[in-house]
Amino acid sequence: MTFDYAPAPESRAVVDIAPHYGLFIDGDFVESIDGTTFKTINPATEEVLTEVTEAGAADVERAVKAARTAYKQTWSKMPGRERAKYLYRIARIIQERSRELAVLETLDNGKPIRESRDVDIPLVAAHFFYHAGWADKIAYAGYGDKPYGVAGQISPWNFPLLMLAWKVAPALACGNTVVLKPAETTPLTALAFADICRQADLPPGVVNILTGAGQTGRLIVESPGIDKVAFTGSTEVGRQIQRAVAGTRKGLTLELGGKAANIVFDDAPIDEAIEGIVNGIFFNQGHVCCAGSRLLVQESVQDEVLDALKRRLATLRLGDPMDKNTDIGAINSPEQRARIDDLVKSGEGEGADRWSAPCALPDRGWWYPPTVFTGVTQAHRIAREEIFGPVLSVLTFRTPDEAVEKANNTPFGLSAGIWTDKGSRILWMASRLRAGVIWANTFNRFDPASPFGGYKESGFGREGGRQGLAAYVKQEVV
Amino acid sequence: MEGRLDVRKTYKLFIGGAFPRSESGRTFAVADAKGRFMANASLASRKDARDAVTAARGAQSRWWDATAYNRGQILYRIAEMLEGRRAQFEDEIERAEGVSARRAGAQVDASIDRWVWYAGWSDKIAQVLGSTNPVAGPYFNFSVPEPTGVVAAVAPQRPSLLGLVSVVAPIIVSGNSCVVIASAECPLPAITLAEVLATSDLPGGVVNILTGAPAEIGPWLASHADVNALDLTGIVDDGVATEMAVAAADTIKRVLPPSASAPDWSADPGLGRIMSFVETTTVWHPQGV
Repeated sequence: MTFDYAPAPESRAVVDIAPHYGLFIDGDFVESIDGTTFKTINPATEEVLTEVTEAGAADVERAVKAARTAYKQTWSKMPGRERAKYLYRIARIIQERSRELAVLETLDNGKPIRESRDVDIPLVAAHFFYHAGWADKIAYAGYGDKPYGVAGQISPWNFPLLMLAWKVAPALACGNTVVLKPAETTPLTALAFADICRQADLPPGVVNILTGAGQTGRLIVESPGIDKVAFTGSTEVGRQIQRAVAGTRKGLTLELGGKAANIVFDDAPIDEAIEGIVNGIFFNQGHVCCAGSRLLVQESVQDEVLDALKRRLATLRLGDPMDKNTDIGAINSPEQRARIDDLVKSGEGEGADRWSAPCALPDRGWWYPPTVFTGVTQAHRIAREEIFGPVLSVLTFRTPDEAVEKANNTPFGLSAGIWTDKGSRILWMASRLRAGVIWANTFNRFDPASPFGGYKESGFGREGGRQGLAAYVKQEVV
Repeated sequence: MEGRLDVRKTYKLFIGGAFPRSESGRTFAVADAKGRFMANASLASRKDARDAVTAARGAQSRWWDATAYNRGQILYRIAEMLEGRRAQFEDEIERAEGVSARRAGAQVDASIDRWVWYAGWSDKIAQVLGSTNPVAGPYFNFSVPEPTGVVAAVAPQRPSLLGLVSVVAPIIVSGNSCVVIASAECPLPAITLAEVLATSDLPGGVVNILTGAPAEIGPWLASHADVNALDLTGIVDDGVATEMAVAAADTIKRVLPPSASAPDWSADPGLGRIMSFVETTTVWHPQGV
């Protein structure tokens, strides 16, 4: 027996998108001095949502100057308890406008409304609320209490507003001012956030939002007026940024790619593990840097796990992200779709066995069906490179030592999952896996109190928790 | 002792717990502060640097597997061994750096005390830098500091012994292994320190000491894919420091840049160096019945 679902679309009446957006500098939306414009598109319909500005060199200079002035004259002189109250205000306004932000995020990004409504936006509010409380307690965190000054921040397109929150909230709490560039394909919630800063009466210049692409980001990173750079995105761009910052006295934190192992032992609760595997790689269409993109399954339960996984994947609903029943939304851009396609073709070419869930793809927009590769070896590109899409590579192991060895056999080290009933094994594995976040019998959990960040080429520095504050406090090493 | 010829020491490298000559066969003459010949030290090559990284990688997991208590005892043991060789170090520092016997002695004292200080940190780092995190859900969530891995370091030129100890001890106390390039001007105390390390139950390969030209070997270590972090403390040339930091970006190494101002090696070191070479691992586990 099959169930049919009636359409249950969320209303988009709650958002009001202007036909054109300028840049948010010094507390106001202003027109660009030397930039151009570009369009932002709904990836589920290919509809043009609005036109936004690509900030140029003069715009960056103006924003950095505004941030510097706000740092010197206002923000660095304000007692922490007052900074705290601004952050609390922002958290409250995000809660008040949460439905609007969720709809905006889904329209611009393509992620299911269920995820933007239940995961992204509640975490955004929580992140500001958590860091608000730190603002007058920074000295207690153990990293000193001296802010850098002006932070240049570049956030990615996969969790647009959440990644903005991860960057802006700790920076402001520690007493920095910011110039932030949201990702090229998902600028809308950052622009809405600018409006939230205005509603909160945040002093002008404390937060500046510059929309744009890679060149705008480069200008921010290289601006001599920036004291600290924070970037979330691909490892390749992270490398370029680290090179650009080398030899300067700028602080740097990087949150880059991943190729996480999700390790399933034969004593794992299989049904829960299946949900964890699905959540690990198909959450947010697999556009997650900490996605569990390599499934390491113990040989003795391989067939059982794969059969259950395929059964489960066949029930996932792919389609209109605005529909409240949708599990898999749209791929964010045609470029990303092409990248996924390229890696999937390489998997087929290199001899792995491909299986894709039987689901119809909508005619318009960019989509990719949930895909599983079996017969994958460690040398295959699909086992080594970050795909950033709904594609799972399955490898097997026999012993815990082999699982650790295979899990660590990657230049990345962002996250890992362990599924087993044995507590001692979890702790044994956790101290040997070279990964910054380890989920035991769960996956893809996030919380503002929980530090997040990677080992090796997944970057350095943490976001969230007490440890995350270190990224925004200037420390002198003796 | 008149009429007896003294037996001089051959100063070699320290790699994997052994004392090899440079595979390149090269040496450089080391003079004392007055320009008189003291010894021929090994001039380490790119191959030596790579061998040292291999040794460091091999030793790291075993060193991290040791309990923090055990690591602390070994660091304390290094202090004990150093104390027993005080006169030899005083003499070497006095001659090499051209300082008074009193100042040389003070440097040895400070070096011993630094080992003791860091020894005590081994089983406290996780308590001070780690945490349990009150997440909004039915999960037990904790964060622990873990070693970054293999760290390549350049020790300052002076003070030759205290500078080296101040760089190496905070790297290894948390479970990292290291490859360190000793002072090029005064390399002999570093090799004598290697003799101390070799007799302190420190597993071979945890500390590897190279003598030679930092500007020659440093960039090879900076671009080595199996090195996880760089400590540029002893690099005095801004150009070389930047070159190494740029090379480090290829594999997203953690980089501790040279100090902005001349460091005061007698000051309380704080936690900064330890924090520069640890990662935070956060573990989530469901709570429930």
